[in-house]
Amino acid sequence: MSEEKNILSILVDNEPGVLSRIVGLFSGRGYNIESLCVAETMDPLVSRITITTMANLPLVEQIKKQLNKLVNVIKVHELTGTKFVQRELVLIKVKARPEHRAEILRIVDIFRCKVIDVGLEHYTLEITGDEDKLSAILSLLKPIGIKEIARTGIIAMFREPKNN
Amino acid sequence: MKLTGAQILMEVLKDEGVELIFGYPGAAAIDIYDELAKTDIRHILVRHEQGAVHAADGYARASGQVGVCLVTSGPGATNTVTGIASAYMDSIPIVVISGQVPTHLIGNDAFQEVDIVGITRPCTKHNYLVKHAEDLARIIKEAFYIARSGRPGPVLVDIPKDVARKRVNYKNQIDVKIRSYSPTYNPNLKQLKKIINLIKSSERPVIFAGGGVILSKSSKDLTEFARKTCIPVTTSLMGLGAFPGTDPLSLGMIGMHGTYRANKSTGACDLLIAVGTRFDDRVTGKTAAFASQAKIVHIDIDPTSIRKNVPVTIPVVGDCKITLEHLNRLIDEVDFGDIKQKQKKWLDEIEHWKSTKPLAYVQRELIKPQFVVEKLYELTRGEAIITTEVGQNQMWTAQYYHFDKPDHFITSGGLGCMGFGLPAAIGAQLAKPDKVVVDVAGDGSIQMNIQEMATAVQYCLPIKVVILNNGYLGMVRQWQELFYEKRYACTSMDHTPDFVKLAEAYGAVGLRATKPQDVESVLSEGLLTPKTVIMDFVVDPEECVYPMVPAGAPITEMLLV
Ligand SMILES: Cc1ncc(C[n+]2csc(CCOP(=O)(O)OP(=O)(O)O)c2C)c(N)n1
Ligand SMILES: [Mg+2]
Repeated sequence: MSEEKNILSILVDNEPGVLSRIVGLFSGRGYNIESLCVAETMDPLVSRITITTMANLPLVEQIKKQLNKLVNVIKVHELTGTKFVQRELVLIKVKARPEHRAEILRIVDIFRCKVIDVGLEHYTLEITGDEDKLSAILSLLKPIGIKEIARTGIIAMFREPKNN
Repeated sequence: MKLTGAQILMEVLKDEGVELIFGYPGAAAIDIYDELAKTDIRHILVRHEQGAVHAADGYARASGQVGVCLVTSGPGATNTVTGIASAYMDSIPIVVISGQVPTHLIGNDAFQEVDIVGITRPCTKHNYLVKHAEDLARIIKEAFYIARSGRPGPVLVDIPKDVARKRVNYKNQIDVKIRSYSPTYNPNLKQLKKIINLIKSSERPVIFAGGGVILSKSSKDLTEFARKTCIPVTTSLMGLGAFPGTDPLSLGMIGMHGTYRANKSTGACDLLIAVGTRFDDRVTGKTAAFASQAKIVHIDIDPTSIRKNVPVTIPVVGDCKITLEHLNRLIDEVDFGDIKQKQKKWLDEIEHWKSTKPLAYVQRELIKPQFVVEKLYELTRGEAIITTEVGQNQMWTAQYYHFDKPDHFITSGGLGCMGFGLPAAIGAQLAKPDKVVVDVAGDGSIQMNIQEMATAVQYCLPIKVVILNNGYLGMVRQWQELFYEKRYACTSMDHTPDFVKLAEAYGAVGLRATKPQDVESVLSEGLLTPKTVIMDFVVDPEECVYPMVPAGAPITEMLLV
């Protein structure tokens, strides 16, 4: 069975050690983590952890059940298909020699990202988007020369039903 | 009412009905001990903290109550880890309370500080570090609730010294409400109807019962279910006693050292009804070949157990007892026709496997370990509570002591932890003072927690230790004999203590048998002696446990005697 990228959105008690329980579950059982984000929700007693993991279908089922079994896990949602929105933010430090500056700014414009730091030899760009958009801009900037990137990892949410 | 943390702990323990604690003191736990001594709760001073946890485990299994341990920080806490891991694998409800260095020292590498919450996270059902005395009562309540509810398991509560000393308001009467924890007890009834239909249409059904049946106290319901439907029952190691081992429908144990008929029936069945089991690899052998002709029904309270190792046709998440009660009711509403007649062909086939390939060993001039267990079974009329160590001794006990009742076989199943049997026997004897409690041991394993002899003698516990002394780490030697061309790398114990003298040194009674004709008299004498007794049976050193399924092979492919 083929492995796919799965996004799990996990609501947990906002307590010390809870993240460690989740991460320990993944490492102890040999599940993989592609990215992981944590932050408080509107309810300060609850945090949301978003994990992307590569796994086949039965394994995702098992991962969800194992997560649910942890006492501090309140709810696990699997975000698949088109019923959710996902975003990731990336900071890209790109080499900006004079002959490339115009090209870079054109790309910034097309992708509606921002230049947040400028130096003699580089631009730092901020871009948010879904996976396709991010990989598109990265592949365009690569030939120009990427010095460094920092990614937040994916966060995601269900869409509300259209007609309500 | 203002109380110290330690006093609050005592209040909640009393509230939870705790009568007995296994433990070992130290600086970080001294305030708790100071309060404990003022209560009626009995404290059993073990000789090693691992022993405390195994004893609490044995106590929990024999009594059906939550077992409780109390230890100090640092080494006291780390010594509990093996015991906790064993209880976790076998889903045994225990609460371990550890002292911790004062909160202001946590993280400082203080004297006897370890992050025991971090260390035990993967081997507890849940654990807590109590940072505020105000939370203590709630946390202890939750710990007991979590330990005993759903799929039971060990819970550790780490209490810093200043939390135990701090005086805070305490009011009794705390309801446990954990929004993120609510086990599913009631099965989906639609699924149960499907099971009934499968039973109706099946020709070769088998019931496979695990430790969950014992934990949920549903042996009676399971037995009723099997007898009503006339379906034969095999059990896992943990499930021994869930169905009477002497019942004509009993197939005995399944798996690596399962009976020929149990493994064959599982291979041939067209319906496998698994209740309260997690399909451990020692049960399934090669999973792809396991019950490959069967539709599998799996009833378990833990959703993660279902479809983890084997594909399942009808999953049922729920408490075994509630589920079996429903099933028994549903069965009464269905007309199965002449069920005995319907099952006859299948049961005849099984009977043929049983009569042609029974459990067997060859009697020679040396004592056979199986013979010792058989005699033990006879002399105790199958009524004793039996704990075991790990290895061949454990498997021979599982094979030759026919457990008719639940809670009578206490073994470290999932972890397979040598050193379990003696402290577990101590716990079981304290839970059931009127029962004969026997630890069937190996000469290797018994030395792993032999210090608990002192505990048994101190508290006048008349437990019996039956050592099947083969001079080897026998089970490992067996693997070496069968799969490593008899290269006995480091499995011969060239020096073992004289167990008779050792027993006497501890203030217990020591007996020995070296010939088959002495077995019965030594056993009788030992069983009739109202003291802690070690019986040392010098057995055939190279006896093997059969049947045996080589690791990773289908369970239908057994090596036989
Ligand atoms: C703590 C621990 N260490 C190692 C093992 C591996 N092991 C499994 S069975 C066994 C041999 C046990 O020897 P003994 O107690 O003499 O029992 P026998 O098999 O000879 O009956 C060993 C070493 C284990 N199960 N537990
Ligand atoms: Mg041995």
